Amino acid sequence: MAAITLRVNGEAHTVDVEPSTPLLYVLRNDLDLSGPRFGCGLGQCGACTVLIKGEAVRSCIRPVSQVAGQEITTLEGLAQNGKLHPLQQAWIDEQVPQCGFCQNGQILTAKALLDKTPNPTDAQIRAGMNGTLCRCMTYYRINAAIKRAASTMKGAL
Amino acid sequence: MNTRRNFIKNTGILVVGIAATGGGLPELFAQVATGPYPDPDFLQLDSWIVIRADNTATFFVGKTDLGQGTGTAFRQIMSDELDIAYDKTSCVMGSTHNTVDQGGSGGSDALQTDGYPMRRVAAEARRVLLEMGATHFGVPVSALAVSDGVISVVGSTAGSRIPDPGPRQVTYGDLIGGRRFNVTLTGKNTDTTTGIAKLKPVQEMKNVGKSPQRYDIPGKVDGSLKWAVDMTAPGMVHARNVRPPVAGATLVSIDEASVKGIPGFIKVVSKGNYVAVVCEREENAIRAARQLKVEWKKPATAPFPASDKLFDYMRAATPSSTGKPIETGNVDAAFASAATVVEAEYDVPFQGHTAIGPAHAMADPSNGQMTIYTNDMKSYGMRNGVAQFLGMPRDQVRVIWMDGPQGYGRTAADDAGFEAAYIAKEIGRPVRVQWSRQEETAWDTKGPAYAFKMRGGLDAHGNVVALHYDACAADHNHLGYNEHETVLISQLMGTRKNLISQGRASLPSDMYVIPNRRSTTRVVPLPMPFETPLRTGNLRDPDGPQVQFALESFIDELAHKAKADPVEFRLRLLQASTQDDSGFKRARSIACIKAAAEKFGWDSRPSPKSAVASAKAEDILTGRGIACAYRSQTVVATICEVEVNKKTGRIWAKRIVVAHDCGLVINPEALIRVVEAGTLYGLSRALHEEVKFDTEKVTSVDWMTSPALRHEDTPERIDVVIVNGDPNPNRPDLQHYGAGETMCKPMLAAVANAVFDATGLRHRRIPIRSAGIEMP
Ligand code: FES
Ligand code: FES
Repeated sequence: MAAITLRVNGEAHTVDVEPSTPLLYVLRNDLDLSGPRFGCGLGQCGACTVLIKGEAVRSCIRPVSQVAGQEITTLEGLAQNGKLHPLQQAWIDEQVPQCGFCQNGQILTAKALLDKTPNPTDAQIRAGMNGTLCRCMTYYRINAAIKRAASTMKGAL
Repeated sequence: MNTRRNFIKNTGILVVGIAATGGGLPELFAQVATGPYPDPDFLQLDSWIVIRADNTATFFVGKTDLGQGTGTAFRQIMSDELDIAYDKTSCVMGSTHNTVDQGGSGGSDALQTDGYPMRRVAAEARRVLLEMGATHFGVPVSALAVSDGVISVVGSTAGSRIPDPGPRQVTYGDLIGGRRFNVTLTGKNTDTTTGIAKLKPVQEMKNVGKSPQRYDIPGKVDGSLKWAVDMTAPGMVHARNVRPPVAGATLVSIDEASVKGIPGFIKVVSKGNYVAVVCEREENAIRAARQLKVEWKKPATAPFPASDKLFDYMRAATPSSTGKPIETGNVDAAFASAATVVEAEYDVPFQGHTAIGPAHAMADPSNGQMTIYTNDMKSYGMRNGVAQFLGMPRDQVRVIWMDGPQGYGRTAADDAGFEAAYIAKEIGRPVRVQWSRQEETAWDTKGPAYAFKMRGGLDAHGNVVALHYDACAADHNHLGYNEHETVLISQLMGTRKNLISQGRASLPSDMYVIPNRRSTTRVVPLPMPFETPLRTGNLRDPDGPQVQFALESFIDELAHKAKADPVEFRLRLLQASTQDDSGFKRARSIACIKAAAEKFGWDSRPSPKSAVASAKAEDILTGRGIACAYRSQTVVATICEVEVNKKTGRIWAKRIVVAHDCGLVINPEALIRVVEAGTLYGLSRALHEEVKFDTEKVTSVDWMTSPALRHEDTPERIDVVIVNGDPNPNRPDLQHYGAGETMCKPMLAAVANAVFDATGLRHRRIPIRSAGIEMP
């Protein structure tokens, strides 16, 4: 066990865990952040995605000791000053989710995608999102929501 | 309890504490926190509807929402019948202690069946409130009008037609807020529950046909919703299962010392061949499950054939049950005189539910009761099953349904809830059970594999004169709904149900008029029916995708032999009779096919596109295919356009049109999304999904070995056309049929038919393998 300090959604938290513990379990069980979800624990589905330095990171295979001190953003931290992120708003406007279990990973992966590619084509969305699985197959609406958010964000500049 | 739900003490049975949910809606809970938990009485209006003093209403319904917006639809139909504004309502679903037992989800019956008692009780509440209003004002009910929960006197008994603006209005909340109706309903069961009020004509419903946004979505995109996976309780511990390494293995010994050093290790729980480890922390339970040394003995004989030998095995196997043959006309004579006889075999493998989140549940044994937090779609069945499994009185078991990852049938036999309850009882602490990915993909319930043989006869004009449909399903010992003797933990502990389910091989769902027709069906067993990872359960539909793949592919093969356009060929088969059933499925099938063809811009010609095209030099071939189906009363026709890459073999469903008739549409925008996603779900089963196994274990165990549809497969465009093909489309009693599954059924054949159109190659095995697409 070791004391590790994490910076999550702008707040510092110190936890006492095995350094090899995957970040996912610390976020969920110690910090009570349930946005990131367990889907596979293998880095294959994206359900556990968080943002670290703008990158979409799979928290189920990232040892907590490797991310100590880095700024971590979870789904709960995406809204700013009580206002949903344009992606979250687009997800509501397009009524994207079916069960919704994968959508944490979809939204945060889309965030990282739009940060790099603010105006993605359909093909860029399909390629950029490809590793993030949805068993309810909401892919078509995710695509629409990403484009909707991209145009909102462009208008806001 | 780490939950935002408050339980506020009150002497009433139902009225209660209010707290905000993730979606920002009020939620009511019965005052039964400590148990026991008697069944809410479905014959009491108070069990279904509570109206508060602030003129808001909460509906309590015994269904669960698998992420298709049924809760929103219930609020729409119930607020319409009650005459209250939609946004002044909320809905509590699927928890056994505070909602009547409507069976949870299954069979896409939420609106088709259960929607009616919901409408009737809401109408009854309106009737009772109007009577209260009449007493309040001292006028007859006929002098009252109601809108948005406000009752007004519109006609004066003195003959004045001008409503008195001030005291001549009263709200529902003023009349009953926070108090009980104390109105007894009638009915043999929840399906037939009714008061004496009549339902509204469809034309008078204000919310039905509109598209309020689903109330569950905001909490799902801002991270505030608490799911079943998120439930915790003081003192809760984490458990992981340890499965036999091969199917049918028996436990010899467990070396508990192998995990003793793991921090926070609590216990190995084991009975029969069931083994689980329990630790204080989740990551340590995962480690303990991996590290625990267990000695197993392999079974003497192989539990099943390998998946690549499955269809040979099934075709040769002795049936465990045989369906009664169905025959119309004189099939043998028709085949003997047919100008052309066509034969084909089709194969559909086992396909898994493989929900994005593996099975999970939390069980809390506090107060000598057992509370299970779960996404079990049939929470009521789980309550009964767990009570029997643990030998507890039913009213000491409570199952609280919460949102979860959907497996479309997986949680009809929800293993994790039983496991959590068993372990919680063993150790006397709240326990969370979480399956691993590999465990879920290997050991979840499977949709049954099918082997078909089709035979069709055409006359000299290309008319279908005979059809023989022969289906063989590997569906022996199909699982029950949370039956305590059939869930995996129970089987592993050695329970053997006396009368094991025979399963079934289903018939196609079509309205084609074929004069001489025979259907033969049988079920075959695998060598090992118990403790197997090939347990069959209800997978979305549950066997329509398989059956309709065979039928609708074969109809295409007949159209090809008849040199007919596939759309015209189907319309000819449907229009050969005007005889119809009560739901006008034939008329509505014709309407759907025509609507889909029109939206797509179907070019009438036989398939394949052209022999020349497939021989041409281009890498990308295109083609289109159609297939249709019904489920219960809902009718669907799907057209798919594919691109086939000759070099890579990749199939891309570039464009899809779905014409969909489910009668009265409650929420068009939500329906469109359900149809889009369900259609892509069918596409995933068509192109990717197969359970693979050697002769002792499932080998497709994660997303690499068990692939499914991905973003790269997303079509460029999907059009959903909502059809109302009823001969009297404006009937005041137009019914609302189920819409959760029908669209999955035709998709497999629609893709296969499109690939044939593009390439001239007929694919008769699911998934449609890219390797098989390579051009000659
Ligand atoms: S849970 Fe982390 S990638 Fe699947
Ligand atoms: S919405 Fe259910 S898994 Fe994506």
